[in-house]
Amino acid sequence: MKFKSLLTTAAIALGLATGAVAQDKTKVGFVYVGPVGDGGWTYEHNKGRLAIEEEFGDKVETVFVESVPEGPDAERVMTQMALEGADLIFTTSFGYMDPTINVAKKFPNVKFEHATGYKMADNVSVYSARFYEGRAVQGHIAGKMTESNIIGYIGSYPIPEVIRGINSAYIHAKKANPDVQFKIVWAYTWFDPAKEADAASVLIEQGADVILQHTDSTAPQAAAQEAGNVITFGQASDMSEYAPKPRVSSIIDNWGPYYIARTRAVMDGTWTSSNTWDGIGPGMVEIGEISDAVPADIKEEALALKAALADGSYHAFTGPLKKQDGSDWLAEGEVADDGTLAGMNFYVEGLEGDIPQ
Amino acid sequence: MIVLEKRPQPSRAWSYATPLVAVLATMVFGGLLFAILGKNPVQAIGTIFWEPLFGEFAFYYRPQLLVKGAPLVLIAIGLSLGFRAGIWNIGAEGQYIMGAIFGAGAGLAFYPLDAWYIFPIMVVAGAFGGWLWATIPALLKVRFGTNEILVSLMLVYVAEQMLASVSLGLLKNPEGFGFPGSRNLQSYESAHNAELIAGSGMHWGVVAAFIAVIFAYVLLNRHMLGFHIRLTGEAPRAAKFAGVNPARLILFCLGISGALAGLAGMFEVSGPSGQISIDFNVGYGFTAIIVAFLGRLHPVGILLAGGLMALTYIGGEIAQSQLGLPAAAIQVFQGMLLFFLLAFDLLTNFRIRAARSEVA
Repeated sequence: MKFKSLLTTAAIALGLATGAVAQDKTKVGFVYVGPVGDGGWTYEHNKGRLAIEEEFGDKVETVFVESVPEGPDAERVMTQMALEGADLIFTTSFGYMDPTINVAKKFPNVKFEHATGYKMADNVSVYSARFYEGRAVQGHIAGKMTESNIIGYIGSYPIPEVIRGINSAYIHAKKANPDVQFKIVWAYTWFDPAKEADAASVLIEQGADVILQHTDSTAPQAAAQEAGNVITFGQASDMSEYAPKPRVSSIIDNWGPYYIARTRAVMDGTWTSSNTWDGIGPGMVEIGEISDAVPADIKEEALALKAALADGSYHAFTGPLKKQDGSDWLAEGEVADDGTLAGMNFYVEGLEGDIPQ
Repeated sequence: MIVLEKRPQPSRAWSYATPLVAVLATMVFGGLLFAILGKNPVQAIGTIFWEPLFGEFAFYYRPQLLVKGAPLVLIAIGLSLGFRAGIWNIGAEGQYIMGAIFGAGAGLAFYPLDAWYIFPIMVVAGAFGGWLWATIPALLKVRFGTNEILVSLMLVYVAEQMLASVSLGLLKNPEGFGFPGSRNLQSYESAHNAELIAGSGMHWGVVAAFIAVIFAYVLLNRHMLGFHIRLTGEAPRAAKFAGVNPARLILFCLGISGALAGLAGMFEVSGPSGQISIDFNVGYGFTAIIVAFLGRLHPVGILLAGGLMALTYIGGEIAQSQLGLPAAAIQVFQGMLLFFLLAFDLLTNFRIRAARSEVA
């Protein structure tokens, strides 16, 4: 193989590829971290993809690759999509951040949308959902429903998004029930049914009768069902096959409207790099049907909380709040700014244990 | 009735033919699987094997074969030395992780200093990290007779925990807004294992893989130590008479395979991957075991097997996005390859005979 000739072909073909965007069908690519059948995170992103197809019919073509490891493999998959003429590529995991930026540099005419990250470029937008608003509603229900006063929490990775969720759930559980205690297990995975089931079992053995999860499979739901008197919440997806019990409600990521809007922007030529962080209000985060296993008065309170979060009259992080070490964080009536929330790396007062470092 | 008859000598012809037969059988049965999934099998197989090499965008995929294949070959070469002598290092994945941590750690310790000697230090540190991790099961085996398969495998999970720990603590990017993961070495020039020629896929890890192949070939064919390795695997008793020191051989084989796995991790983290993150390892250490056997534990065979494995990965991704094949189907396809290889391997040592049933 002659490297010089290879290099020239590469340069020429890259030029061709970026020029090849001008076709009548808009091509949208998706890179998924899990399998589309995970029933959680990737499943919902894939629903968003299908929503694009439904909206635009044969004006779009969508492609996806699932279970792509974060790192060089992701970079290759994105490059491959860009080469094959994708106009817009959604990269749907935090770990795709640097690969997305790298590939975006090589294909300035292709638009990229990276979920849950913070690095942007002229052709790279970032988007995420304020899942913590949903956690507030969950926390309230959990605090009211627990009889053992022990709430188990399956964390995936100790990153700001997950810590935000734990804090939000804890604050609202504590408000509903001052005696409540959180037990947190770190699974170090987004999707691993076996590990998630183990984590759930450990928490149940330690007396938890409510399990919250920030992992994507339904394994904890199954473990709770087997254990009997334990309630759970669907994560990322409704997981309604476990309703009315153990699954009493859920946080649903609804990406469809955003994906449709961004695809339309590419078609119209109005796409610009942006940073989107939407919550319950705009509909990016939905609260799944609260089942009959929850008494009517608690359900009503939860819905009221949801409504307040949606119309902006209440913020999930409203002072007075202290950090775990007892230092002041938010004064009475003060609400957290997005910068602090985005990089949140501390527990609020009352939570036990340390964030793994 | 069909009986298996042990060959007096393993068949040379079959030992060369089985990898090819296995690949063909994988194509046939894989094609069948794809057909059941409602895809055109010829097109699917074609996409996997043809597209990366000769398709429209081959200019991009060919260098990627080097990027994907190099760590596999580098690790598999190390493993094959031990496997030949009956020393089973199953924990290359852990050694790969430790090499990456040591390598990246050494580099980041100098940040933001700009100096030529940083990268060589990282190379040494990476090899040391892998060597260290493999030497644990080696010493335990030599000293206490523990089983190196179990110990090296278990240490993979320890290494994964270490990886998570340094991603969240020691090596976390101070400018990363609290997110886990180290600084990106791609943007730290002195520590960056860049492509030697832009767009070629050739980085130092690929060079190291080729050197390792040559080194292993010479070692096995021209060197006393290589002879001892082969002898120990093929005739342990004879090896004893020949004066082979088993303890030293264990330390050498595990150590060298660990060092090579560590190098692979170091080249990966400083090059294609760029950063230490919780999900840095993607299974090269385990896949390399398949590569080692697919290559018949022969250095040149491993080189070819690494290329083939890389091909199925890259072709598999293309098949996913172009034809909508599920990722799991591609994994089954790769699994078939090892399965058929082991199955047909039987023919190397056994002959199939139609036996007449005799009266007892």
